[in-house]
Amino acid sequence: MISNHLPVLQVVLPLLAAPLCVLLKRSSLLWAFTLLVSILSAVIAWSLLQQTDAGIISYAIGGWAAPWGIEYRVDKLNAYVLLIVTGIGSLVMLGGRKSIEQEIDSKNLSLFYTAYLLCFAGLLGITITGDAFNVFVFLEISSLSSYALISLGRDRRALTAAYQYLVMGTIGATFILIGIGMMYMITGTLNMHDLAQRLPEAGSSRTMLTAFAFMFVGVSLKLALFPLHLWLPNAYAYAPSIVSAFLAGTATKVAVYVLLRFIFTIFGIEYAFTELPLSAILMLLAIAAILLATMSAIYESNMKRLFAYSSVAQLGYMVLGISFLSVTGLTSSLLHLFNHALMKAALFMALACVMYQQGGVMMDNLKGLGRRMPWTFAAIVIGGLSLVGVPLTVGFISKWYLLLAAIEAGQFVLVAVVLAGSLLALIYVWKLVEQGYFHSGNESITRQEAPLSMLIPTWLLVLANIYFGIDTSLTISVAQTTAEQLLGVTQ
Amino acid sequence: MEQAIDIILLGFLVVVAIAVVKQRDLFASVILFGIYSLLSAAIFVSLDAVDVAFTEAAVGAGISSILILSTLALTSRNEKPSSHSVFLPLMVVLVTGATLVFGTLDMPAFADPEAPVHKHVAPRYIQDSYQEVGMPNIVTSVLASYRGYDTMGEVVVIFTAGVAVLLLLSSVRHKEDELSNLTDLKHHPILLNVAQILIPIILLFALYVQFHGDYGPGGGFQAGVIFAAGFILYAMIIGIDEIRKTFTPKYLHWLSVTGVVLYIGVGIVTLLLGGEFLNYNVLAEEKLTGQHWGIFLVELGVGITVTATMLSLFLSFSEVRRTP
Repeated sequence: MISNHLPVLQVVLPLLAAPLCVLLKRSSLLWAFTLLVSILSAVIAWSLLQQTDAGIISYAIGGWAAPWGIEYRVDKLNAYVLLIVTGIGSLVMLGGRKSIEQEIDSKNLSLFYTAYLLCFAGLLGITITGDAFNVFVFLEISSLSSYALISLGRDRRALTAAYQYLVMGTIGATFILIGIGMMYMITGTLNMHDLAQRLPEAGSSRTMLTAFAFMFVGVSLKLALFPLHLWLPNAYAYAPSIVSAFLAGTATKVAVYVLLRFIFTIFGIEYAFTELPLSAILMLLAIAAILLATMSAIYESNMKRLFAYSSVAQLGYMVLGISFLSVTGLTSSLLHLFNHALMKAALFMALACVMYQQGGVMMDNLKGLGRRMPWTFAAIVIGGLSLVGVPLTVGFISKWYLLLAAIEAGQFVLVAVVLAGSLLALIYVWKLVEQGYFHSGNESITRQEAPLSMLIPTWLLVLANIYFGIDTSLTISVAQTTAEQLLGVTQ
Repeated sequence: MEQAIDIILLGFLVVVAIAVVKQRDLFASVILFGIYSLLSAAIFVSLDAVDVAFTEAAVGAGISSILILSTLALTSRNEKPSSHSVFLPLMVVLVTGATLVFGTLDMPAFADPEAPVHKHVAPRYIQDSYQEVGMPNIVTSVLASYRGYDTMGEVVVIFTAGVAVLLLLSSVRHKEDELSNLTDLKHHPILLNVAQILIPIILLFALYVQFHGDYGPGGGFQAGVIFAAGFILYAMIIGIDEIRKTFTPKYLHWLSVTGVVLYIGVGIVTLLLGGEFLNYNVLAEEKLTGQHWGIFLVELGVGITVTATMLSLFLSFSEVRRTP
C-alpha cells in the first residue's frame, strides 16, 4: 500500500518533520531526527527511480484527476534529481552535527533544523510536481528558508548576502509566477502535461513569447546563469558551512531541472529552439559564464567564494550542454548535474572541516594545511582535480561527453572554450595546492585534523567522486535515457 | 459606469505607486502602500473576485502595514539617499514593463466567454463542485479541496516566513528583563473606549470569517489575519504586557506548529484510510460529509497557523530595541 503513495511521501515526510523540529530541544536529538528524515527521503527517491523503469508514475493528490487537481508526475528525469537532492542532503547532514553546533547559536538550533528541513522539502516539492503553479508554491518554501539559513552565517556580511539573494530571488520567483499566469491565460490549465499539449494548439502569440521570456529570466535568476549570478558568490561564501555545502549541491541543480522541464516538456523543443533562437542565447551565456566566472575564481582569496564562482562556471557547462540540443549534449548536462553536486558537496564539506579547525577559509588559513589537516586537504585537492576534469574523477566524464557533443556539432571553438575553462580551473586548484603543501608558514606545525564524524562523510563524497568517475554505468544510463526522453528520440 | 470606476481606481493606483517611489519618508510610504492595497482590493471587488479582495484588504492593507511599521520602529523613518546610479534599475523596470505591455497585446479580451480560461478547467469547478465537494462557495472548493495541496504549501510558506523572521531577529533580541517599555495608548480615552468596543467584535467577526468560508467569502487565511489584528490592537492600545503574558513565545510556537501539523495530519489520515493524500472523501461514509470535515479541519489549521505566526512576528518585533 505504501509504495503507491511514495511520490507524495517524498515531500510530505520532510514537510511534516520540519515543524516538529521546533518542539525538539537537544542538539543531538535534532540532528539524529533530521538525518533520519533525510535518509528515509533518499530511500524513497531511490525506490521511485526504480519504479520509473516501468514508466511514468502519476499521483493524483486529493483524489482529483489532473488537470482539475494537482498531480505528482515522476519520470526518469525528476526521479534522478530527487535522488541527487536527497543523497547530497543525507551525506551533508551526516557530517553536519559538529559544524552546526559550532557555527549556530545554541538557542537557534531548533529553528535552524526546521528551516533546513523546510528548504529540503521545498526543493523536493519543486522537483516532483507535475503542476506549474505548485512549482511556485514550493519555490517560495525553499527560497524563504534558504534566505534565513544563509543569514545565519557568523560573518556579518551574511546578512547583506542573504538580503541580496532575497531581492534577486524574489524577482526571479515573481517572474516565474508572471510566466505561469500568462500560460494559464492562453491555455486555461496549470498542469504541465496538459500545458504541453495545449500550448502548441494555442499557437504562438505575443502573450506566449512574454510568458516564455519571464519564465526564462526568472529561472535563470534562480539558476545563477551569467549575468544573473551576482547573488551567488556572497550567499555561498558567508552562509554557515553546512548550508553552503547543502545549497551548492542541490539548489542550483533543482533550478537547472526546472529550466529543462519548462523548456523541453512545457514549451517544447519546436517552440524554444526553432521559433526562438534559444540555442544561440544559451551558448553565449554559457561561454561567458565558463570563462569569466573561472577567471573571477582565480583572483579570489576566500575559498568559499572561489568555489562559488567555480559553481557559476560549472552551471555554464551544464547550460552549454543543453544548447547543443543533441542527445550527447543533454547527456553531458545531466551527468554534470549529478557529478557537480558530488564535487561541490565534497569541497564545501571539506571547507566546513577547515572552518571547524581553523576558524576561517581564507588562503592564509590554507598555509601548511597539507600537513596540519592531511585528510581534509587531500579531499580538497581531489575535489579540485575533479572540477578540472582529470581522468578517474567524475569531472572527466562530464567534460568528456561535453567535448564529444561539441565535436559532434562541429563547434571547434566550443571545444577550445571547454578546454580553456579546464586549464583556467587548473590555475586556481594549483594555487590551493601551493598554499597547502609548499607554504608551511612559520609557526610550528601540529596535526589538528577535523573530527572523524565530519571527515568520514567528506571522504564518502570524495570517494563517490572517484567511484562514479570509474564505474559510470548508473549515471550514464540514467542520463542517456533521460536525454533521449527529453528530446523525444525514443518512445 | 463600471468601466469609469475601473479607470478611476486604476488611475489612483498609478498615482499612489508613483508617490510611494517618490516618497522619502518611509512612514508615509507604508501608509501609501496600505492605500495601494485597499485600491487593489476595490478593483478585485469590481472584478467580482471578492475572496481575493478580502485577502488583499486584510493582508495588504492590514497586517502587512503593521509589520512593516514595526520594522521601521527598529530602523529609521527616513530613507537614506542612494549612491547607486538610477540608470540601470530604470532600464530594467522599463524593459520589464514594456514586455508586459507587449504580452497583453494578444491577450484574450476581458470577459470574453470564449477565452481559454473559461473553457477548460473552470467549467467543471463551476458546474460540478457543488455535487462533488458540497460547498456553495466555489473558491473555497478549489482552494481547500481541488487544489488543497497548494493551500497546504501556502500555510507552510507562512510558517517558514515566521521561522525566518525569528531566526533573523534572534541575533538582536534582548533578554526578558531588558524588554523595551512600549508606551501604550491607554491614557487616550477615545482610543481606549473605541478599542474596548471594537476588539470583541473583531474577534467575533474573525470567527465568523473562519467558519463561514464555505458559504461566503472568507476562510482560514483572512480569519487568521483578522484574529491576529484584534490582539495586536489590544497590545497597542490597552497593553502589550497582557498579550505577552497570554501568548508566550513557547505557546505561539506550539500553536503555529499545531496548525501546520493539523493540515498535513488530515492528509496523513486520508492516506491511512486508503485514499490519496488529502482525498477528503474517505473521511466519512458519505463523500460530501467527508469533504465537509476535511475542509473544516484544514481551514482551521490555516487559521491557527496564520494567527499564531502573525502574533509571533508582531511580538518579536516589539521585543527588539532600536539599535543605537
